[in-house]
Amino acid sequence: MTSTTERSQRGGVNIARLLMSFGPLMFLALLIVVFTVLKPSFIDPINLFNIMRQISITGLIALGMTFVILTAGIDLSVGSLLAFCGMVAAVVAKGGTANTLSLSTTGTQGYGWFAALLAAVVVGAVAGGVQGFAITRLKVPPFVVTLGGLTVFRGLTLTISNGGPISGFDASMRWFGTGLIGPVPVPAIIFAIAAILCHIVLRYTRYGRAVYAVGGNAEAARLSGLRVDRILISVYIIVGFFAGLAAFVLSARLNSSEAVAGIGYELTVISAVVIGGTSLFGGIGSVGGTVVGAGLIGVLQNGLQFNNVSSYTQSIVIGLILILAVAFDRWLKSRVRR
Amino acid sequence: MPVEAIAPSPALLAVEGVTKRFAGVTALNDVSLEVRPGEILGLLGENGAGKSTLLKILSGVMPPSSGRIVFDGVEFSPHNPQDAKRHGIVTIYQELSLIPTLTVAENIFIGRAPLGRFGLVSWRRMEEDSRTIIGRVGLNLDPATPVSALSVAEQQLVEIARALSLKSRLIIMDEPTSALTETEVHRLMSIMDRLRKDGVAIMFVTHRLEEASAICDRMTVLRDGRLAGHLDREGGPIRLPKIIEKMVGRAASELYARPTQRDVAGDVRLSVRGLRTVRDPQAPHAIVLEGVDLDLKAGEILGVAGLVGSGRTELARAIFGADRIAAGTIMLDGKPIAPASPADAIELGIGLVPEDRKHQAIFAALAILTNFSIAALDRYSSVGFMAERREREALANYRKMLSIRMASPEQAIEGLSGGNQQKVILARWLARDPKVLIVDEPTRGVDVGAKAEVHQILVELAARGIAIMMISSELPEVLAVSDRIVTMRRGRITGEMPGVEATEEKLMELMALDQKQEATQ
Repeated sequence: MTSTTERSQRGGVNIARLLMSFGPLMFLALLIVVFTVLKPSFIDPINLFNIMRQISITGLIALGMTFVILTAGIDLSVGSLLAFCGMVAAVVAKGGTANTLSLSTTGTQGYGWFAALLAAVVVGAVAGGVQGFAITRLKVPPFVVTLGGLTVFRGLTLTISNGGPISGFDASMRWFGTGLIGPVPVPAIIFAIAAILCHIVLRYTRYGRAVYAVGGNAEAARLSGLRVDRILISVYIIVGFFAGLAAFVLSARLNSSEAVAGIGYELTVISAVVIGGTSLFGGIGSVGGTVVGAGLIGVLQNGLQFNNVSSYTQSIVIGLILILAVAFDRWLKSRVRR
Repeated sequence: MPVEAIAPSPALLAVEGVTKRFAGVTALNDVSLEVRPGEILGLLGENGAGKSTLLKILSGVMPPSSGRIVFDGVEFSPHNPQDAKRHGIVTIYQELSLIPTLTVAENIFIGRAPLGRFGLVSWRRMEEDSRTIIGRVGLNLDPATPVSALSVAEQQLVEIARALSLKSRLIIMDEPTSALTETEVHRLMSIMDRLRKDGVAIMFVTHRLEEASAICDRMTVLRDGRLAGHLDREGGPIRLPKIIEKMVGRAASELYARPTQRDVAGDVRLSVRGLRTVRDPQAPHAIVLEGVDLDLKAGEILGVAGLVGSGRTELARAIFGADRIAAGTIMLDGKPIAPASPADAIELGIGLVPEDRKHQAIFAALAILTNFSIAALDRYSSVGFMAERREREALANYRKMLSIRMASPEQAIEGLSGGNQQKVILARWLARDPKVLIVDEPTRGVDVGAKAEVHQILVELAARGIAIMMISSELPEVLAVSDRIVTMRRGRITGEMPGVEATEEKLMELMALDQKQEATQ
């Protein structure tokens, strides 16, 4: 009798597990089909690559956010941090804060794209580390710390830029935002490589296991010998790093670092992670889910635009999808428990 | 005096032949008792004796399977806790039901705030009335204080006061003293005494024999879901040996086979001297260790018997680096150690199976595989990457060795029974080859069959040379597997004896003692 109940339980778990991991993917496929039927040119490679480029910026941050949310944390500061890192990258690239739209390739006094990239990711990682420190050592909840960070980083950005943009980078830096390798936009390639690396880290490494464990039950993780505080700090460093990387790519694409860049990105990023099936309570989720979640939002935005739906209506639709996705997730889990 | 026995004062509450069956298990079997106005009835019994089932029936949480309850001369079958309250029966649980963010007055008048003009809440009247109400239980504090600022003892008194203001005639107190200090216990007892004089009936559910002995007029003892007997105060307080005799009532449970004395000739593995823990200013009522001395030999199972609040769990956590140590030394294999975190302790070869499996041990939603290997990630990985094949093979071995019944390593651990979850947690520690393994309530929430299996596993581990410290509040369990037993009370060791010499009676007496020396008196 036990064996039959356990067997049927296993079957139930597997179907639900399958739905949980592929539910968002099926929804994404459905959306693509619907938009293609509405307007066949939606499926053109040019448009699809366009979508990929669009999602790569928030997608990169969402990869980092997946680590944070897996530990049952949250980072609201990523949009402001992106603007700040972008501004730092611009200052390094240009060697100053002068807003010269110098399209001439001569006379660059800055330190080149590599230094700019390095500066952006280091500043992002350090900023994340500081927030992680405040969360673990000062015991301030992540929501509060990063809400403060959201204001602080925006203020820092405005301070160093004096409120204006810093524009005009050399061609080698712009390539990271606008270049193509074959038909594929460079930002999409960066996003893809980063996603694969994150997937490997979370799925196959010791560190990945620890992240899931801390999110699954922090006290049990501590009593199992994990250094919980270190792991928590590390995930905020990772999301900060990705905010810096995304900032670099965005500045390169726009050929400008804007003081108002990234406003509201935290919400798009968190939506992507949550739609992708990562639980806000921690311990459950995957990079694959986040990629699908980011794709879903990108396809929705693009497809609605394609069909001339106003951006106002887009907001409404995306918000509703977010709620539905989480409701669906909840429903699935209640089925598993039963 | 037979004459008095024939004409007792009429019972306020009479439980007549109540039985409660759950799927396949009879938790209560034909239990009868009565409580009279103006008396304190002690309800005693070991863990699993059926006390909480009876409480749930009386407070309307669930109905009995058969039998009847008569309250104030009328048949009484509450549909839910509110219904029981309306009839005048209030139960005060260990987990208090006050809302911490609201004030004392708001808690007392919750759901029935006095209204003033225009149908608005009259705060003035509410506070004035509250002051009178809490005055009845000797509390003298501002009713506008938020409950979160009160000590556990004060919160309890607020609950009692609220019960009185609801015109309750029977107050059931479930282990009310387990979180209190000695002084607070005395205060609670004097208030119970005053209530008794006012004609309120009190049912006092407790583990603590001397407290029960000090205050109860009569006692009803349960054992294995059955009535073990009633005890009456005859001139003086009911004496402890009589209570223990009723509670135990048998040599040892047939469930647990007594061990033959094993030859434990191992060296001292773990040695603890004068261990004290830090009193947390945030939790001034928490139990702290008051100087514990202890030796644990390789290959030995040391049973630690003590009630909730005796400091047994605190001892385990201090050795494991989970709580801060104020004074004292810990030696492992003759070398002093000072683990500042569980990670340090694990590194040194100490493992802990914590008492609260759900909150402290398992990762409920995660795979069995992750739950198994989490404390030994270094052993199942190389250069940072999980060596999943090795990990799975190890789990497969332990699955066979501990006969863990599970569907697959990917299954979430919450889908397993309590016994199988506990075996996975044991496997977690075995994967580390610990020198010392501390198990805190190893069979809590584990069904009877699996209990014996867990005991067998512990004995086998000890035979392999692991030093095991087993904390348990179930005396038959302590007796079944321990080579040596120490008893604890209020953060101190109160006694020690070899496992073969120990009996439940002896242990209970030692657990009730405050000082080790008193054991000889």
